[in-house]
Amino acid sequence: MAGIVGYGAYIPRKRITAQEIARQWGKDPATIEQGLLLKEKSVPGLDEDTVTIAVAAGRVALQRAGIDPQKVGALYIGSESHPYAVKPSGTIVVEALGIGPRVHVADMEFACKAGTEAMFVALGLVESGRVEYAMGIGADTSQGAPNDALEFSASAGGAAYLFGRADPLAEVLETFSYTTDTPDFWRREGRFYPRHGGRFTGEPAYFKHVLAATRGILEKSGLKPQDFAFAVFHMPNGKFPLAAGKTLGFTKRQLETGWLVPTMGNTYSGSSPTGLAAVLDVAAAGDLILITSFGSGAGSDSFVLKATPRLAERRRLGATVRAMLDGKRRYLTYGQYASYREKIILND
Amino acid sequence: MPSPRYWREVPARFRLEAVRCRGCGKVVYPARRVCPGCRGTDLEPLALSRSGTVVTSTVIHVAPAEFAMETPYAVAIVETPEGARLMAQVVDCELPEVKPGLKVNLEFRLIRQEGHGGILCYGHKAVPEA
Repeated sequence: MAGIVGYGAYIPRKRITAQEIARQWGKDPATIEQGLLLKEKSVPGLDEDTVTIAVAAGRVALQRAGIDPQKVGALYIGSESHPYAVKPSGTIVVEALGIGPRVHVADMEFACKAGTEAMFVALGLVESGRVEYAMGIGADTSQGAPNDALEFSASAGGAAYLFGRADPLAEVLETFSYTTDTPDFWRREGRFYPRHGGRFTGEPAYFKHVLAATRGILEKSGLKPQDFAFAVFHMPNGKFPLAAGKTLGFTKRQLETGWLVPTMGNTYSGSSPTGLAAVLDVAAAGDLILITSFGSGAGSDSFVLKATPRLAERRRLGATVRAMLDGKRRYLTYGQYASYREKIILND
Repeated sequence: MPSPRYWREVPARFRLEAVRCRGCGKVVYPARRVCPGCRGTDLEPLALSRSGTVVTSTVIHVAPAEFAMETPYAVAIVETPEGARLMAQVVDCELPEVKPGLKVNLEFRLIRQEGHGGILCYGHKAVPEA
């Protein structure tokens, strides 16, 4: 059975607190911290982008898999912040990882679910036998307009998953996707920041798709919420994934390991994949894991995974998500943040 | 750094590809066809570890225009376990901690941009070990 043979994640070391952003715009920090359950978020440096995050995560995935990178036949990166408008991020990533040139590469975009989209396609190619190994990556340096609610959550990070048939760390038991045309969040060509429909991003968008995809995969697999050790739902803020989980019948205990958003922020395409990496960092052999992404526009991908005994042995070969979130980090003022996110207009 | 030159340097910049002289054992980075130690031509490929130790460093306060937003920043000569030395910017650090003997990892980062419309140039920077 095909599954995840290697995984890795990366979260930049810079942070800004919700309190600091609220102070800048004269907002009440308690509303953000208690309403949206957001305390702080990661911020990319001037030298960090989707490509560098993908390379950092991809290197760890290859280390944990312990395979020759030349055996990777496909690599896909899902992001809504590819550094080039025209030139695939994947071309740079495969060179840095020592993959290829005999490799199929594509960049994908589907708002916050582009990462699981890349994973879905990579898994399919491995299952079909078309390639021996395929990597799917979700990474973003998310954009949030100044003084917009998104500014409290839009952060940076990502995770990479290498799929194969031999010696998986976690088997993929089932997948399910659910997609409709729902204009809840978008960014037109040439526009710097995305726009969103405010409350419209909730019930008709996030909850409709996350609940439908999860119910779909539960029905397809014949599993119940209580069968799972862990569940990860896309994390646009702290509140939504907990509410979705509760509605579906999952407990907070099942959700809390992958619920990274209070201190990581929303890494968009990297959000639920990074939550899954945090779960794989601790899961025991035989544990069932559910992950459901959400991408505005809109759609959700669901996966059911089962951890194997090999997971505990291989995860030691890379840093854990929790170590990156709780490790050495540097807090920025809003002015420094604005500079790092290139929100300040400069002379040429 | 015009694009073709950057492209030719991709193996060294992206994958830290070096060579080791089979004659005198010298590790040469970036790779050359002739060993600068013994002038031998029998060289084997070698990928450098993505870690090292700071040999010496300085802090840049007055930078070229394209790095102006990053000042002040540290630049160091880093020696890898294989004995190769390379110059790299040191990032995600407190400047006073960048001293000889500091253990660093080499991380893949954006090095520079060829203006607003040009290509993006990637390579490795040093980050202090956690």
